[in-house]
Amino acid sequence: MADIRKTAALIEETEKLAEGICGLWLRPEAPEVAVSAVPGQFVSVYCRDASRLLPRPISLCEIDRERGRLRLVYRIAGAGTRELSERKAGETIEIMGPLGNGYSLEGLPADGGHAVLMGGGIGIPPLLALARALPGVRTAVLGYRDGETFLREEFEALGCRVIIATDDGSIGTKGNVIDAARENAVRGDMIYSCGPVPMQRGVKAYAAELGIPAQLSLEERMACGIGACLACVCQSREKDSHSHVHNKRVCKDGPVFFADEIEL
Amino acid sequence: MNTRVSIAGVEFKNPVTTASGTFGSGMEYAELVDLNRLGAVTTKGVAIVPWPGNPTPRVAETHGGMLNAIGLQNPGVDVLLERDIPFLKHYDTRIIVNVCGKTAEDYVAVVEKLADAPVDLLEINISCPNVREGGIAFGQDPRMVESITREIKQHAKQPVIMKLSPNVTDITKTAKAAEAGGADALSLINTLTGMKIDINRRTFLLANKTGGMSGPAVKPVALRMVYQTANAVSIPVIGMGGIATAEDALEFLMAGASMVAVGTANFYNPRATLDVIEGIEKYMESSRVEDIKELIGCVK
Repeated sequence: MADIRKTAALIEETEKLAEGICGLWLRPEAPEVAVSAVPGQFVSVYCRDASRLLPRPISLCEIDRERGRLRLVYRIAGAGTRELSERKAGETIEIMGPLGNGYSLEGLPADGGHAVLMGGGIGIPPLLALARALPGVRTAVLGYRDGETFLREEFEALGCRVIIATDDGSIGTKGNVIDAARENAVRGDMIYSCGPVPMQRGVKAYAAELGIPAQLSLEERMACGIGACLACVCQSREKDSHSHVHNKRVCKDGPVFFADEIEL
Repeated sequence: MNTRVSIAGVEFKNPVTTASGTFGSGMEYAELVDLNRLGAVTTKGVAIVPWPGNPTPRVAETHGGMLNAIGLQNPGVDVLLERDIPFLKHYDTRIIVNVCGKTAEDYVAVVEKLADAPVDLLEINISCPNVREGGIAFGQDPRMVESITREIKQHAKQPVIMKLSPNVTDITKTAKAAEAGGADALSLINTLTGMKIDINRRTFLLANKTGGMSGPAVKPVALRMVYQTANAVSIPVIGMGGIATAEDALEFLMAGASMVAVGTANFYNPRATLDVIEGIEKYMESSRVEDIKELIGCVK
């Protein structure tokens, strides 16, 4: 975690994956940002418009350590991400990273066992980098609003078993990822999840029912991104050793937490 | 070239510190910023016991600024003394500890705990807009400001800076009250109370409904108040509010601030303090300013 750098990054490629879902491949000038990154970490992306002060935290969808590249996939959620979506290949943006802790690969059986990846909406992208890093059997339960899916084929290309849930029922299970997981009796040695809080509450309960550990990646409004401002806290079950209250910092102590560490 | 300034007998290598709450206790920023370069580190507000702060969302962006309602989450003064002060003592920089409380007794208890610590100055936060008790309640009434300043001064071993709220009609009244109470210096401005509404969810963006506004958008207001205050009192003023560049800092110095603090800019430019220090040096060099004191209050 000693490799946090603020650096310019060249946009090598931009992509549109679905309505309002965009991606880009970045080559940070400081290669360490990509080389030291692990799945589940994120970068702060700075806007060019100076009226938008705060960086946008965006998770790493893919980490190409050999070529020092990062892929970000994000949803256009406001003016800052809209601005980002208008940047073109060949332009540079300012980023800081890699930030946060990332998913832990420990706790799986020696052969890699069976990992269950559960992603809802824009929570799906960081699970792709994770799926690439996991050595064993992987089941990805992916939740979308409707039939306009994204990244699904890429999970399949990595050899994951892919189960789909859609809010409108146009593909797969009608409902959320928990409904889909139940319908398909999904089980494994560890659940890795990312998505909106209500979904993660469901994941936490599902993992508890199965008696397996779960790692949840949380999202919260941030300012500094490095653990100083205490904007992005979540509630911890035990008194936190840094804050000395029942709060953990999503940007620094997370964004990934074991389900039993936090209250949702 | 001399960039040294002194406040209440404490000398600083340069007039740049951090605004309380934007820099933690320096630990997180130490990876990105050489703390030895700073005139001082001003730590996040600390209370006598740990405070959990407000529910989230605690921050929102506004045009050229931001709102925060952290609610003074802090680990308590014992942790500051055991962990943060020893950490900062590894660096060649001054330490200003920001103190918060809910009652006069709270402030006094913290100040007494800090009495024998290697802390250079105390900054008393009587102006936080995000906690119901204490904070701003003390900071808006000149009589309260005077009496709490006097009480803290009776117990403090280090010089005392009173941090003033801009959420008043006439800041020179609370400034003069603090001076009358015995304050050694003043710092201003704390954040301006503001609000943002999420029109899609039809509710407040911040869980606390209101928050303190900071960032470049508040700079002209802060500058005006620093100028008014510096001309109304005879104790030194530490200026802050939207300072992001050396040019911003120079404006505050010329308006009468003896020292400046960089706050919100740390969030989007972790090197902002260093940029300000280096930019001030460059300005002095190119404008042939031998001593920074020539600039302080030069605009009348």
